[in-house]
Formats: sequence, C-alpha cells, structure tokens
Amino acid sequence: MAGPASEPGFLLTTVEKGVNWARTRSMWPASFGLACCAIEMMGTGAAHNDLARFGMEVFRASPRQADLMIVAGRVSQKMAPVLRQVYDQMAEPKWVLAMGACASSGGMFNNYALVQGVDQIVPVDMYVPGCPPGPQSLIHGILSLQQMIMDGEIRRSTGVV
Amino acid sequence: MSDATNVTDPAGEEAAAEPVQAASVADERRAAHDIWVSGTEERYPFAAETDEGAQEMLPEAEDPAADIQSGIAVDDDFLRESDVLADERQIINMGPQHPSTHGVLRLHLELEGETIRRAKPIIGYLHTGMEKTAEALNYAQGSTNVTRMDYLSPFHNELAFSLTVEQLLGIDVPERASAIRVLMTELNRVASHLVWVATQGMDIGALSMMIYGWREREVCLDFFEKTTGLRMNHNYIRPGGVAADLPHGWEDDVANLIDAVSGGLDEYEELLNENPIFLDRTMGVGVMTPDECKQYGITGPMARASGIDWDLRKTAPYCGIDQYDFDVPTGVHGDVHDRYTVRMEEMRQSLRIVEQVVAGMPSGDYRTEDRKVTPPPRARIDESMEALIHHFKLFTEGIQVPEGTAYQAVEGPRGEIGCLLVSKGGARPWRMHWRAPSFAAVQALPVMMTDSLLADVVATIASVDPVLGDVDR
Amino acid sequence: MARFVAPRASSDMPDKEDTVDNAARPEMEESASTPPANAAIASVVREFPDAVVTEHSYASSDVTYHRVEVLVDSWVGIVQAARAAGFDFFIDLYAVDHYSQAPRFEVGLNLVSLGAKERVILTTRVPYDDPSVPTITSEFAGANFYEREAYDLFGIVFPGHPDLTRILLPDDWDGYPLRKDYDIGAVPVQFKAGSADL
Repeated sequence: MAGPASEPGFLLTTVEKGVNWARTRSMWPASFGLACCAIEMMGTGAAHNDLARFGMEVFRASPRQADLMIVAGRVSQKMAPVLRQVYDQMAEPKWVLAMGACASSGGMFNNYALVQGVDQIVPVDMYVPGCPPGPQSLIHGILSLQQMIMDGEIRRSTGVV
Repeated sequence: MSDATNVTDPAGEEAAAEPVQAASVADERRAAHDIWVSGTEERYPFAAETDEGAQEMLPEAEDPAADIQSGIAVDDDFLRESDVLADERQIINMGPQHPSTHGVLRLHLELEGETIRRAKPIIGYLHTGMEKTAEALNYAQGSTNVTRMDYLSPFHNELAFSLTVEQLLGIDVPERASAIRVLMTELNRVASHLVWVATQGMDIGALSMMIYGWREREVCLDFFEKTTGLRMNHNYIRPGGVAADLPHGWEDDVANLIDAVSGGLDEYEELLNENPIFLDRTMGVGVMTPDECKQYGITGPMARASGIDWDLRKTAPYCGIDQYDFDVPTGVHGDVHDRYTVRMEEMRQSLRIVEQVVAGMPSGDYRTEDRKVTPPPRARIDESMEALIHHFKLFTEGIQVPEGTAYQAVEGPRGEIGCLLVSKGGARPWRMHWRAPSFAAVQALPVMMTDSLLADVVATIASVDPVLGDVDR
Repeated sequence: MARFVAPRASSDMPDKEDTVDNAARPEMEESASTPPANAAIASVVREFPDAVVTEHSYASSDVTYHRVEVLVDSWVGIVQAARAAGFDFFIDLYAVDHYSQAPRFEVGLNLVSLGAKERVILTTRVPYDDPSVPTITSEFAGANFYEREAYDLFGIVFPGHPDLTRILLPDDWDGYPLRKDYDIGAVPVQFKAGSADL
C-alpha cells in the first residue's frame, strides 16, 4: 500500500483526509473579541448569519479547549503579552485568524499604541479584511481556512499528522 | 442512648455533665458486655472537638445544622469580619480575556468566600491612541476616528464630534440634516440597547437572549447599511451635515423596522419581566445611589435608574430634538433591575421619536451649502471654477477651523459623550479630548460590587454596559 | 517599545523664561471676559476676582455654558466653591498641551449643576517645569481615574492623589504620549508577501 518513499501511501492519505475533515468540521473558536470586530463576530454567531452550521457556535472561554483563535479587534501594546499567553495555552493543532484591518496590519491606527498586525506576535493563518468585516466576510475567511486545512496546505510540525 | 441518660439522670439535673455520665455508663456496659458502644472510642489527642457527637443524630427540632442545610436558618459566617483574617482573602483575576467582561476589562477581585471585599478595575488593554491620532487627521477624517471609540454607538460619537466642529465654525446645518441625524442616532440607541439586553440576558444565564437581541439588531443594521454603506463605524455624520441623503423607500424600511423591533421588545418583556430567576438576580444588585453617581460622573441610563433626571436631549437639546415628543424614563432603586426597565423603556421612546421623524421629515439639503465646509456636488465641478477650487481646497488642505476651544456633548446610550476640541487654526485639531461615559462607569464598578457576591459581579458589569473602546480610547 | 523623540531644536521649544511668568495668559479665544450674568457662575467666582469667565453657546442652540480660568493656586478653592454653588455633578477632567504657549499645560474640569441645569468648565494652567495641580479626589471621587489618565498621557502630577500610576499604558512605558514633543509613532507600512489565489 505504500507508494514511493516521499509520498504517504493511499491508506495514510485517506486517514489524513479524515483527520483534516474532523478538524475543520468542529473547529471551536477561542473568544478573543477585543473591539468593534467582536460585535460583528458575535453577530456571526447569532441566528442571522449562523456559525453553528459550521460547527463553530461554541466559543470556548478557555483557550485550552479551543482550536481557532479569532483575533477580533485592535491589539494594544498592553494586550500583546496577554494575546501571546492565550495563544501559547492553546493545544495543537491550532490556527489563528486575524479579523479586521487592525488585527491584520494595525488598521487605520498607525501609532504608538497598537501592535501593527498580530502577526508580529503570533503566526497567522488567515487574514480577513474589513473595518469591521461583516459576518459574510468572516464566514468566507473561516471557510477558506477550512478549505486550506482540508487541502493540507496548513500543517503543524509538532509531530501531529 | 436516651436510656443511658434517663437511667442515671432522669430529672436532667446533670445534663451538663451528660458526656461524662454517658462515658462511664457506656464503659460499664462495655465492660459488662464486651460490646463496642459508639462514642467511647479513644480519641486521637489532636482531633478537634465537635458538638455533633459521633454519628449522633439529634432530633430535627434541635439540630441547628439541619436548619442551615435546609435553608431555614442562614449562618453568614463569611460576613463576620472579626473572625476572618485579612490574609484569608483570595485574589482572583478576571480578564482581560473573559467571556463576561464585555471587552478587555481586567478586574482584580479580593474575595472572602463568595463575597467581594475589594475590586480594582485595570484598564488600558484597548488603548488605541485615538486622541493622538485625531491630531493627525483633518476635520473631515475626524469622524472615521471617533466613530470607533464607543463602537456600539458610532453615530453618537460622530455627532458629538461634528457638533463640536460646527460650534467652532459657527455654522448651522439644514433642518433635513438635523432630522436625519436624529433618526440615525435614535436608531443607534435602539441597536445599542439591543446588544445590551442580549449580553445582559446571556450573562445572567438567559442564553437565548443573545440570539433574540441580535435578531432585532440585524434589522437595524440592514437599514444602516442601506443608508450609510456600512453596518458599523459608518463615518456618516460629518461636520456640515451628513454624508449622503436617505435612500428611496426609507420610510417603509423604517416602518418595518419599528414593527419588528417593537414586536421583539414585547417578546423580551414577556420572557424577562416576571421571570423569577431574572428578578432574583437583578433586584437589589449593583446599587448606585444618586450621590455616588454625581461623584463618579455616571450619566445616562445608569444615572436615570438611580433617580437622577438628567438627559441632554432635554436639558441641552441638539439637532432640533426638542421638537419631538418623548419621555425620559427614570428609576428609583438604582439596581440592575431598574437599569433594565429604564433601558427597555428608552428603546420604546426612541422608536417613538423615530416615528415622529418619519412623519415630519423636512425636505431640503442633507448638508450645508457652505462650500468651505462641504464639497460641491460632483457635477458642479465641471461647470464652475469656484466649485473646482473649493473641491480642491477641501480635499488637499481640509476644512479650515478658526482658533478656539469648544465642548459639546450628546446623550449616548451609555451616557454623556462629549468632545472637547482645541483648535489653533488650520485643518487639524490641536487637541481632541473625548469625554467617555464608560470610563466613569468602569471607575465606579468597585462601588457597586463591594460586599456583594461573586455571582452578582457578572450581572453588575452587564448592567453597566461598558464599551472598552470608549474607556481606553 | 517606548517612543520618545527628543524635542525639535526650533523656536517652538518652550524656553525656561516663558514658564516663570504665570500671569502671561494666552489671548481669550471668544469674546472678552464678561461679568457673569448667570447667578450660579457668579456665586462660584465671587471669591476669585482673578477668574476669567467666558460664555459659549452650543452649535445651533441658545443654550450656553461657561468657562472659568483661574491660577493653579486657586484650583482647589474654586472647585470647592463650584461644588458649594450646586455644581456637584462631576463630568470630566482633561489636560491639553499648549506647547509653545506658556504656561504649557492646561487642566480642565467639567461640572454640571442639576438644579440650575448649567455646565461650567473650570480650567487652570501649569508650566512645563512644574506640571503639578493639586488633586481634587477629595471633592470628587470620580476624578481618580481622570487624573491618572492626565498623568499617564501628559506627565502632569497631582499631589495628594491616592494612587498616581499609569492607567492606559503599560506600567513600564517611557514618556508621555499626548505631549506635543512625543512622536505619533507611525511605522512604515509593510507589505507582506502572500498568495492571492484564494
């Protein structure tokens, strides 16, 4: 069943696809709502634009129980170490989605007080632009991230397949 | 066991010496019958004395522990200060990442059992340097900055800023612009209070309130998107008027909105008003007296719930809001429940104002004709040299505002939102200071929380409805 | 993390000589100081003959409010007088950095009187080399956080304040960001490479 040495075999790829499918279909976000984007994130979880259809309506307060950290809002210098600590507490596999302009790049606030993009602090897998991005944009970002995981474009190298 | 006591002491005269008697009688019995009798075990020398006896069941009428267990008697030993050492207090850190702090608020709580003895709010986790940014933006761009401060009431922020600039410029805006401003700000009040009722319900445990609140809010946001282009952070109310006129068919949209939201409010009141759990968790909790409100600068629904009858829409009316008929609800007790009733009624009064605005919307311009403040219509630029020059000046240099210092405030959903602008001439403010209503409210949290239970902290914070963007700016 | 830019060596720099003369007050922006016709304001400034009172009206409105400027020595006194005159609703305390105008810093207190339905803004000025305003937390408990904010962002100290520490910025921050000689701290925009085929 094994193919050439550089490719995983048929059985392993199926297992990997299954694992990826399971991971994407019940990805639990850690609630990291900071500012205006948090309101739109809550709106995405509400009934009108339902995140529950993607298995994501449980926003876990504890980062230890979460897979996806949606950084929704502007990250100030004082908040940066807290952000890093929450990210470190999440267990692998974990992904980060930078929601909004301020999380992606500092947004309209290019000044002393804000971290210019959370990718200065944590590795980001998906950037969702907008100020704030509406629920539809956020869902598009989440689904794109799920697609990337399904396609195997994102892998974590800590010994997890 | 009663036999033992009755035999030796039928009259109960030596009841005080009963343990000794019982032990000696039991010893005799044991010695006589070689039976193990409970209560006669040798005690370990360091065991604490108890008054329960070993496995001894007193008749229920005499057992104080059973009363406490069944809730008839309350043994508030955690409130006896003298018995508890100060170092038995436990410090708990709530936040900044927390589902119930309404943003990045950090609370340092010192607990004695379940009672809060001291609370200290630590803020600054959302400090964005907006007041410094305002010095780098011109007056037309200023709305984009301030609208993100109290992000649940963006129109109110923009209105405070625009009115202050207009105060410095000394200009008036057309009636239609004022009416549109009233319409949008009152709808914003409704949308903001819907978020409040959703989070208040969710924090108290009525989780479905989150879904219901957002269901009605989506109707409001749809109208905002149709009019301004954005669901939030609109940059619509600018110095000189508003950015664009109302869309076609807006009267029908607003009428549908009023129906939908009123129906939603009826539903919430049906669910919550007589709900015994809701009433238990909100009555008498998080009380602020009127004097405390005045000391800490609490304005808005919180102050009105405490009985202070102060609403800037009545005492210093702006945008012609005094021509509309509306009431300002006040409470009596200043607790979470009164804040709930005040805000619910405020939503209804805001819808009442919106109905009157729809009925009496004046025709005319949606922004001032003063070309030093608002750009000319695009078509005019092809026809007129002055229009071209005005357009050019406005978009390269910006609105030139004379020297002066001005303060203007509006009644936001959380209280008085004020903007202080210091201008030294030119296109950019020298200093913009923002009077944030949530800053004062967060400062007063310890006043509301001290000597209350930990479970009430969440209900109190939800009733304060802080928006951390306003607190930290 | 801290961004403190040394002040530009230009004529804007406040010289030491400017700061000594407290009587050199800037020109009044609005109409010249009028004797307060308003009874509430008149009772506030009765004991303070040096107070400068100006009246302003809100945009498109007949409703007015007053600004009263005093020297910093009279600060606590006038706050107490205002409170006694019915201005017991604390609204706001702010600071302004006037930079080249001496005295450099302005501290303002915004109060409301429920009874008279009036607003008054009391202001004072302090120089760059002694930016110290007595605390009013004994009069208004709510001034606590506001004075901390003025200290955090401007470096104005309030002797007598129970806990004058940074409030909005991290505790180890250097410098006072809202001063005019503190750069806004903008960084060049970074364009990060990324695939665009999503």
